Amino acid sequence: MTINFTLNGSAETVTLSDDMTPLLWVIRDILGQKGTKFGCGKAACGACTIHVNGEAVRSCSYPIKFAEGKKVVTIEGLGTLDNPHPVQQAWVEKVVPQCGYCQPGFMMATAALLEKIPNPTDEDIDKNIINICRCGTYYRMRKAIQRAAEIKANELIETSKTS
Amino acid sequence: MNSNRIVLFVAIGLLTIMVVANSINSNGDYIPLDSLEISAADNTENFSKLMDVLTHPRCMNCHPNDNIPKQGIDRHPHYFDMARGEDDHGFKATSCNTCHQSENNPYSGVPGAPHWALAPASMGWQGLSHEQIAQRLLDKSTNGGKDHKALVEHLTQDKLVLWAWEPGVDANGNLRETPPISKEEYIQVVEEWFANGAVIPVN
Repeated sequence: MTINFTLNGSAETVTLSDDMTPLLWVIRDILGQKGTKFGCGKAACGACTIHVNGEAVRSCSYPIKFAEGKKVVTIEGLGTLDNPHPVQQAWVEKVVPQCGYCQPGFMMATAALLEKIPNPTDEDIDKNIINICRCGTYYRMRKAIQRAAEIKANELIETSKTS
Repeated sequence: MNSNRIVLFVAIGLLTIMVVANSINSNGDYIPLDSLEISAADNTENFSKLMDVLTHPRCMNCHPNDNIPKQGIDRHPHYFDMARGEDDHGFKATSCNTCHQSENNPYSGVPGAPHWALAPASMGWQGLSHEQIAQRLLDKSTNGGKDHKALVEHLTQDKLVLWAWEPGVDANGNLRETPPISKEEYIQVVEEWFANGAVIPVN
């Protein structure tokens, strides 16, 4: 089966014998984008969280066949070194990561949250950011999520002033 | 009138019930129920089998009365504090479809079917008696406005309902338990129960 989709803005075509192959495996092992991590493989920990058409999904539990024609974004496509995403800026400011393994998933989940709820409350964060961090960086992540919301809001204000 | 005669009349009344609403036969055609003679014995057996299915965890887990989906045969609360949310699909950025797709996933063990979601809160069955479940099922004000024909279609054709007989494997690769009767028998039970007027037996 041949699947066409975009990964971080680049058109990709992959051919696989098993159309249920997890999108995570394709991203990491075939397309070589290693930022998205394999954690539990059971859609439980959230380390593999990416965006498909703007929605956060667990890529370890997302068959490649469902990616046909869709826009897939991973941590590599969230921002750049020169122009990091507000979530990436906040994560650096608040020095969130410890071991760092789970962080790409958290950052992708947070980016999706801020698109839906620009100024999330603690309750919004509790309900929507349900990934698992074995280092226990939750406290710093909460501060970073709130900071990312501030940065994103300020960016929107600056954009509106210049347009 | 002595007590024996009263018992006799009650028994006759239970065995032959004339219903004044409309129903459908097994072909899906509407038939006037006032022309039906309903065998209370058959109807009770179908009702009992239907309730055995509807109260099985495979069905009941997504019909909670506390807005919290359940998982597994032990009916434990869904991991990670997932809940109904505003539209029965979880929360805005973390919804059912963050993990559940339109098919079972044999790699992760995450179950899936089209329009995966909790049943509406008005269709919460957890903790109710069989009679109360049936009342909610038949009441248009709680079942989403479905008449008998629409209910039969929902119960016998909806892929999310029928997923109960193809639940796939769990996270450990073990086949999930299915309801106590086969899908084919369940469909027959539903069709016969509605064709006989969807009568809720009186305990």
